Amino acid sequence: MKFTLKIWRQKNATAKGEMISYDVAGISPDSSFFEMLDTLNQNLVMTGGEPVAFDHDCREGICGTCSLYINGRPHGPVKGVTTCQLHMRSFVDGDTIHIEPWRAKAFPVIRDLVVDRSAFDKIIQAGGYVSVNTGGVPDANTIPVPKEKSEAAMDAAACIGCGACVAACSNAAAMLFIGAKVSHLALLPQGKVEAAMRVQKMVACLDELGFGLCSNTYACEAECPKGISVANIARMNRQFIGAKLFSEKEKTVRDSL
Amino acid sequence: MLLYSSITKKVFMALAGLFLISFLCVHLGINLMLLKDDGGRAFTEAATFMGTNALIKIFEIVLFAGFFIHIFFGLLVSGQNKSARPSPYAVSNHSETAPFSKYMFHTGIIVLIFLAIHFFDFYFIKIGLVAPPPGVPAHDFYHRTLLLFSSPWYSLLYITCFVVLGIHLNHAIQSAIQTLGWNHSKYMDAVKVIGSVYSCTIAAGFTLVPLFILFFRR
Ligand code: SF4
Ligand code: FES
Repeated sequence: MKFTLKIWRQKNATAKGEMISYDVAGISPDSSFFEMLDTLNQNLVMTGGEPVAFDHDCREGICGTCSLYINGRPHGPVKGVTTCQLHMRSFVDGDTIHIEPWRAKAFPVIRDLVVDRSAFDKIIQAGGYVSVNTGGVPDANTIPVPKEKSEAAMDAAACIGCGACVAACSNAAAMLFIGAKVSHLALLPQGKVEAAMRVQKMVACLDELGFGLCSNTYACEAECPKGISVANIARMNRQFIGAKLFSEKEKTVRDSL
Repeated sequence: MLLYSSITKKVFMALAGLFLISFLCVHLGINLMLLKDDGGRAFTEAATFMGTNALIKIFEIVLFAGFFIHIFFGLLVSGQNKSARPSPYAVSNHSETAPFSKYMFHTGIIVLIFLAIHFFDFYFIKIGLVAPPPGVPAHDFYHRTLLLFSSPWYSLLYITCFVVLGIHLNHAIQSAIQTLGWNHSKYMDAVKVIGSVYSCTIAAGFTLVPLFILFFRR
């Protein structure tokens, strides 16, 4: 197969970028999207050009490192897969494929198709954890978890933090991501203890990072490679409203002295 | 208000919006009295009641507060959303979305313009800010309405605005429920259906009046 690629090239975070056109030929329909890009980069290196920088790691849809906004859709045209799981048979021979980085104020472009997603790390650092004291490893099943709850928590925990939800959202909002992270902890007994504090801290952090505000278009759910449901956003909203209205003011160290 | 968290802003918008939606129902009820062939007696009575009753007067303040909150936060949130993506994509987004949900700002602005026109046509005349058209007393909403709807252009504008409002409401109702955190697998589908039926009813109900006047009252 052969393709015309229009790819966003940008030297570094401050440089002005532009879409550049490339041709690739001799691509097998069974090769993955990244193998196709590898072929392009090989050609570029052989002819003295700069290879295109793009994020990837596991190449099997579990790490959340890959991105790419392909022909107007994050992770390309196939539903429920990451870009690394996309194959060239999903395109028509001779197609022109537009490849852009995620676009959001909170995800600045570092180079070509690579963006800085550390905003997500900051949100997790703000509260996306369960505090435990160190000590012996507790026995499994000492804390009973109802089956439905553990299933729902697992569904939310499937989020790989890729950022496709932000990329797809017309408001560049990160609500599906944070909704998934808040939900998967709050649904389990271990995470419930800190739930009210967690949701407030994570939302406060989110607001500082320059993401947009959700207008419930649900583009995120449609594009999420892990099928995270927007019901998680509602669960977070519910918890946030509850926490704001009913939770006690957090004690500072000085208060407890 | 500027410093409220993102979710708080949206919760205010949702609550104000739901209140405005319930008010539309009352307004539609009064408008439909125009269809009665009694020379506008029922309609005028209702309009007078709404204009003089003390409780309604208090509610009028709540209503204006509802408008203010919804519009203020709507503009604020839209501005924030615009700035959340400073460099746009070269290829516009092709993701599947809830119908017309990406155009809430646009439909909202059209409804806002209609609201301004509507205030000039009625409310400002009632409170004496704008002079009534010749031959129609300031409080005679019935003849004022007939006069306005006798123009097919005005009727067309009015109908267009209500179709746009219907589109706005179609997304708004289920969106408000989602924002308030009431999304649940058991009833969310029902909420969506009820929202669509309600918005169609509002659009159709308000549209009926100018059509009726245009074709049967001339
Ligand atoms: S919610 Fe889905 S789209 Fe968003 S970061 Fe997680 S896996 Fe990616
Ligand atoms: S490279 Fe790991 S999910 Fe795509």
